[in-house]
Formats: sequence, structure tokens, C-alpha cells
Amino acid sequence: MKPLLFTLKAEPDQRLDLSPLTPDRLVGRSAKEIESLSIGTTRESVTVGDIFKVKLGDVTSVRFDGGSDRFDLLGAKLLPGFAIHVEGDVGAQLGRAAKGGTITVAGDAGPYVASQSAGANIDIYGDAGDFLGAPLAGEIPGMSGGRVIVRGSVGARCGDRLRRGIIIVEGDAGEDLGARAIAGTIIVLGTAEGERIGYLNKRASIVLSEQRELGPTYVDCGAHNLGFAKLFAKSLAGESRGASRLLSGRLQRFAGDTAVFGKGEVLLPA
Amino acid sequence: MPQLIRKGIRIDESFAEAFPMTGSGVVVTAPTRKWAMQAATTMTGYATSVIGCDCEAGIDRELSTRETPDGRPGVRVLLFGFSPKSVEKALVNRIGQCVLTCPGSAVFSAFDGEAKIKVGDSMRQFGDKWQISKAIDGRRYWRVPVMDGEFLAESSVGLTKKSVGGGNLLIMGEDWASTMRATEAAVEAVHATPDAIAPFPGGVVRSGSKVGSKYKGMGASTNDAYCPTLRGATNSALDADIGCVLEIVIDGLTSEAVAAGMRAGLKAIIALGPKQGAKRVGAGNYGGKLGPFHYHLKDLV
Repeated sequence: MKPLLFTLKAEPDQRLDLSPLTPDRLVGRSAKEIESLSIGTTRESVTVGDIFKVKLGDVTSVRFDGGSDRFDLLGAKLLPGFAIHVEGDVGAQLGRAAKGGTITVAGDAGPYVASQSAGANIDIYGDAGDFLGAPLAGEIPGMSGGRVIVRGSVGARCGDRLRRGIIIVEGDAGEDLGARAIAGTIIVLGTAEGERIGYLNKRASIVLSEQRELGPTYVDCGAHNLGFAKLFAKSLAGESRGASRLLSGRLQRFAGDTAVFGKGEVLLPA
Repeated sequence: MPQLIRKGIRIDESFAEAFPMTGSGVVVTAPTRKWAMQAATTMTGYATSVIGCDCEAGIDRELSTRETPDGRPGVRVLLFGFSPKSVEKALVNRIGQCVLTCPGSAVFSAFDGEAKIKVGDSMRQFGDKWQISKAIDGRRYWRVPVMDGEFLAESSVGLTKKSVGGGNLLIMGEDWASTMRATEAAVEAVHATPDAIAPFPGGVVRSGSKVGSKYKGMGASTNDAYCPTLRGATNSALDADIGCVLEIVIDGLTSEAVAAGMRAGLKAIIALGPKQGAKRVGAGNYGGKLGPFHYHLKDLV
């Protein structure tokens, strides 16, 4: 069965809230009902029908033909067993508070990807904005499960307050990578900018692909063959070969951030 | 006793009587085969029979680097007991004393099962708050710092109540050497059967027991009907040409695994023939009233 299809008619003239369009909430609805859903965010009302042409199909897999950086909250609160694919860009808060499911984006994503996501598998083939996996203002934990792979680069504060789960960035990362991370794993295959990698990191593992200077609150613990890294390497072999290769080698362990717990680590190839 | 003849070997029309047990299993890995086997051998020591040990345990099989979760050489160990609680206690104690202590080792769940036993979750406190948890593909692991690096343990391992313990074969031959040849062939076949173990020394038990004793307070005593030196003095089950009896006891994760183990053992004994090996094969039971699982030898040849 073909996926439920949303074809973009024209670039929207305001930011859209696409949180009602997750597959689990479209079950049993007719094309007309879907087209009448309101997705606007301003006083000027916008419905699905104004922006998209809807073609009914398999609701467990939804496809957007055409994207825009105004597509906010796409896949918010997504449930396990459902999938969304976007042939284009998306806006802020992709997969926000998702409980599971799969989201793939062929283009770029805005800020706050996977914010407070608890289990979604998100693949972004382009770049992602700042605050990937981070909580919104006022919230305490960030992403708390699942997996995000960004094939391009990410902005600043990637993995801010990460609680659980794994973030893989195949390109470069902006400043303050893994800042305030609580736990979880962040892997960057490109270059991580700035001086404050893992700033106030409590228990997270941050794996980088190149030797570099870390802040003075990270302490060298020597090069080791770590068993858990081999498990990750095996698990990621099909999804990110670069990450898998990085994790299969010997890793230099820097424990930190000793300014807080000091139970986290930055791992560099030895 | 009515018998079938297969290739000159007499097969008793008898049955093995077995009992429901709780089973669990772990995969133990290490940097080399030697140390994986060392950890597995140590953790399955003193685990022959629940009559006197905390559990019955044995090595199911060796695993290649492709079959283990962490890509290192491994050994699959199975462990059986009478209740989930006793299995949990035995498993946690044995991993804590025998696997955690073994150089280079890591421990993983061998199967998912209907319930879980906390293994890594009980072991993690050895890390004195330096331990780190990692969730990979929906499973949780504990990294416990130890003197040769990190001990990696899966947080919980599977447990099944569908296990069966006490499948057996009584292998009877002319003398010790020929009976042992048949028994060793049968043990090898049982080892090759997945999900089944033979927990006694080298898979073999020579002191089969009967229920009850002439002494007060002893629940079990020697099975005099099968003792060759008492052949004339007691109500013996042995024929004139039998001078030695050895038993293989089989525990399995499922009833099918026990049956498959017994079938494989029988096949190996019959293949060896009566000249080289055993003259007769029987099975131990208690009249069929104690255990719900009956494995009739005639169905297995």
C-alpha cells in the first residue's frame, strides 16, 4: 500500500504547526477531514487543504512531498510503529516529545530536533539547527531515548541536557557540544567547534573523531579497548559506518566534566 | 522388561521421568576462547544436582566471534533451578564470584524468556558509584570499572519457567571402558544439541540414586537395582552380561530440547554398536507419578 501523501502546493506564508499530522492521529480520517485540519500559527487561519494536496494511503507511513523551513513540530508525539518521510526541509522541533517511530528528512532541519524525544529514530540527510535534542526553555531534561543521525552538520548546543539515547553527527558540530548533558551518547565524525565540549556534562559519553584539546576539567584516563563501544559499533554498522569504525578502535578516555559529577567522558581515537 | 533391539543393542521399553524447572542462561565472552571458557567453567562448577547444589548448570556450547553480542569469543551457559528466586540467587552469586572476577569477561543474556533476572543491576554496585549505564538497541548494560578495564554486564537476563530437568539415559555395558566409550559418544551428542546441558561431571553420573534409604533422614540412596556388584544379592535390574552402568542426565530449556538431547544420545550409542560400546540402554523413572514429563525410549529411537 502506498503511503498517505501530502504534496506541497506552495511555500506557506506563515509558520505551520504540523503536530496534528502524525500518522497515529490520521487513522480513520477521510481526505476531506484531514484537509480541514487547522495548522496555522497566526490570526490568519490556514488549513491542511490550503497548503497540501492530500492523497489517502497507508496511515502507518506518511510522506510529505516538498518541505519548508516553516514546517514546525513535524512528528511531534509520534508513536512507535509509525513512520514519516519528508522529501524536503523541515522547521523547528522535528519529532518533539516523540515516543517512538521513524522520521526521515531528505533536506535540512531547524532548531530543537528531537527535543524531549523519548524513542524516535530520526534520520536527517541534510544539516540540523541549534539545540538538537535539547529541552525548551524551562524544561529540565532534553532528549530521553531513541536515536538521531544527522548526515550533515549541526548547530550549537547539540545534545544539551541529553538524558538518554544516541546522537550521531556525521558532519561538524557547533559550539558547546553536549553541554549540561545528563547521560546518553553523542558521536561527532567531523569537527566540534569551540572550547567548551561537554561543558558541565554529568554522565554522558561524547565520542569525537579527532585528537584535540579539551577543557581543563576533563582528565586523561588513558587509551582502552572498551567493550560497550564494540556493542555500539556492531549496532550502528548498518546505520553509520563512520561511527561504527570510530567505535571499534581504541579510545582515549577523558573523564569529566569534573566541574560537576565527573562521571561522564569524552572519548577520542587513540 | 520388554525390549527393542537396535543394531544388537537392547533398548528397554521404559521412560525417563522429568520435572518442570526454571531455566536461565547467559553468554559469557572474553578476549580469547581460553578465558571465555575459563569463566564459563568456573561459573558452572559445583552445579550438578539441585539435591545438594544451588542450581544445575552447564555449558550449552561455544560461540564464535560472529555469534556474540560484542564480537569476542563466547560461551553459552545454561542454569536451572526449582524456582525463579533460587535461579536468580544462584545466577547472581555465580556471576558475581566467577565471571566478574574472571579477566576480560563480559556477560549478556542468552535468551529473552518470559521474565527477567536482574544481573547487571545487582552487580553494578561493585562499581562504587563509578559504574556507567548504557542503553543500546533497547537493552541496558552496566560498565563496571575493574582492574583490567571494564566489566560489561547486561542489566537483566531472560528466565523461562518452561524448562525441564531430569531427562536421562542409563547406559549399560560389559565393563567400564566399553560403557564409557558409549557414554562419551552420547555426551558429545547431547552437547551438540542446542538448549540442552548434561550437568554432571563430564556429563556423566555413576551414582544413580533411588528414593529413600534404610537410614533415617536420608532422602536418597544408591540405586542398588543397577549396581553390578549387587547383581546376585539384590532385586537387580541387570542382566548377566552387564558389568557397568553409567547415566547421563539432561536438562533443557524446553521439553523438546530434552527429547532432542536424549534422541541424539541414543543415536550415538546405537551407532557405536554393542561390540565397542553399550549392550543395553534404559531410562530412570519413579513409576511415572512424580514427574509430568515422560520420555519413552521407544519413541526416541
